[in-house]
Amino acid sequence: MRATVSALIRKDLRLELRAFESVPAMLMFSVSTFVLFHFGLDRSSLAGDLAAGVLWVTLLLAAVLGMNRLFLAEREQGGFDGFLMAPVDRTALFVAKAIVLFCFLVAVELVAVPAFVILLLEPDPGQALPELLAVLLLADAGIAVVGTLIGALGVQTRARDLIVPLIALPLLVPVVIAASEASAPLFAAGGADAFPARWLVVLALYDAVFGLLAYAVFDFLLEE
Amino acid sequence: MATTATGDSFPAVALEGVGRAYGERVALREVSFTLPAGATVAVFGANGAGKTTLLRILAGLLRPHAGRAAVLGAELPREAHRARGRIGLVGHEPMLYRDLTVRENLRFHARLHGVDERRPEALCEQVGLAARADDPVRTLSRGMTQRAAICRAVLHAPELLLLDEPLANLDPGGAVAVAPLIGRAAGPARVLISHDAEQGLAEADWVLGLRGGRQAIWAPAASVRLADVRGLYA
Amino acid sequence: MTFGRGLRALSIASAALITVAFALVFFYAPNDADQGFIQKIFYVHVPMAIVALCGFVAGGVFAIKHLRSGDRADDLRSYVAIHISLVLAVGVLLTGSIWARASWGHWWVWDEPTLVSFLIVFLLYACYQPLRFSIEDPERQARYAAVFAIVAGAFVPLNFTAVRMAESLTHPRVLSTTGGAMPGEMRLTFIVALAGMACLFVTLWRYELASKSASIQLRSLKRRLAGDDGLAPLNRSAAPQHL
Repeated sequence: MRATVSALIRKDLRLELRAFESVPAMLMFSVSTFVLFHFGLDRSSLAGDLAAGVLWVTLLLAAVLGMNRLFLAEREQGGFDGFLMAPVDRTALFVAKAIVLFCFLVAVELVAVPAFVILLLEPDPGQALPELLAVLLLADAGIAVVGTLIGALGVQTRARDLIVPLIALPLLVPVVIAASEASAPLFAAGGADAFPARWLVVLALYDAVFGLLAYAVFDFLLEE
Repeated sequence: MATTATGDSFPAVALEGVGRAYGERVALREVSFTLPAGATVAVFGANGAGKTTLLRILAGLLRPHAGRAAVLGAELPREAHRARGRIGLVGHEPMLYRDLTVRENLRFHARLHGVDERRPEALCEQVGLAARADDPVRTLSRGMTQRAAICRAVLHAPELLLLDEPLANLDPGGAVAVAPLIGRAAGPARVLISHDAEQGLAEADWVLGLRGGRQAIWAPAASVRLADVRGLYA
Repeated sequence: MTFGRGLRALSIASAALITVAFALVFFYAPNDADQGFIQKIFYVHVPMAIVALCGFVAGGVFAIKHLRSGDRADDLRSYVAIHISLVLAVGVLLTGSIWARASWGHWWVWDEPTLVSFLIVFLLYACYQPLRFSIEDPERQARYAAVFAIVAGAFVPLNFTAVRMAESLTHPRVLSTTGGAMPGEMRLTFIVALAGMACLFVTLWRYELASKSASIQLRSLKRRLAGDDGLAPLNRSAAPQHL
């Protein structure tokens, strides 16, 4: 299982590095959205709730771009068949793709979050960095799990690009709630407030429940 | 007949009354035949007769809706996992990632199947792809891509080959180069879809003719005339 | 496969319970001190919400059964349950909106976590039929719909918890009744209303199952008479068309 997962991850990362399709697009989209928010809200700097909301909505919408493309190569280049005929545990595909989407999200955030801080954030979040990282990682895990499942669900339907965001966004509302509530105090105008750790618990719970659920049902999406 | 460790022998393919429908459209109906291990069956039929559906059922990619099917001794779909990794499929799609090189694609498939990574190298040499092995698949001509696809299919030394017009895009040199891999002398049992009646008949031990999803011919190749095969397309 | 058993008894029971519930609402339950008569919409809104949520979860349970057994009848049951619950969810949003307007002056209140959760759940389940419609192969349609129903069914409780946590910490609930335990008259009325709504759901569910399975069986009989090519092909549909 581990060998299969590692082979799949290496293949996907190599494809991304070769073709540069997902991560740059997600990144450019994020930065453009920050600019849009600046003009849409007519604000030059944000703090607190508003900052957290703008950041998380943008990251989520960027993630949707990544979800749509996650299984595209498999679908269009006959990759599903090749995998289905191999003597491997089929759930390895879910694990590998979720890890790949997680890596894409982390890669995007490595640039997008500093961009957000520079462009839109008023207070300096430097002291709260470890907490912010914790929120980002947990939220990314939830987005990766749900995104992989819905990406696989959508890639075989006809209205692929439309159905994925329509289904994934409501499912990810708890992530947005928890991540925003957790990071809002970190962006507080007068310097970071107390960190509401209970939201990390909510995120972890969400990740666990959906992780297990997705793991259990994913195989059914691959059968014919 | 191939033999298992316990000495039981099983045919490569054994179908009995197999059927498959897409919604209300019946693609295959009452297909029954037994293919001994190591033998070749040539499958003929017009477009839409059910040949690709049959191939995908044998590959374990489609579930039969009726009848019983056993491939390499494994009953489908219940025991399909036992046949996985022992079947090689050359289909319409090359099943290669277009942005990866030939070598990377083959290495990936080698890892999936647990095959030594030197085997792709040897295969590339054999089919004349060694010079282009580091080029992305999307830069290859259709003939070269087909050669790479054939390498991918035989990488794991399958016991059953499912070939959907494997020589379609190959020049005569290419056809000669892949013959030791997928030709009669290669060894495994073969299910060969071909529109070239003469060539198909020459290659095969058995002939399966499909018309409208139904089995019209099942006979040893020697007893089938060219006219019978042509009649399937009428 | 007969789905039509007990329809008459169920219909009568539903009609009776709903009539009794209406009578209780109008004549028995007390008027709310703050909100007045309009508060009685609570007796429609909350039972509808509870039944809709149970319907969504039931859709998920039947979906699990379908995946395990491959039985298309379970897919039909799941589809109908979700379908009817979606209609009820629209009703929940409408009655909740009317209630909010009457008691708070706005057509929508973000402070009411149940209403907000319902909006999210509605947005999610509104994708169920488009998803089914976009998959042509009936087997795959049933399978993918089942995966969706299971994930969405598991999502419902998580969503309610998360939204409630987010809202209740800052705002008190605006659409709640008395704020504490319900007095006896209210409780009785509420229970009867809930029973009536649940009965109505099951009745409608059975009716739709019977109707759909009858047309499926009718079509398969027609096919046997006319031969495979004798009938015009089915149009694409989100609803299951084969059993």
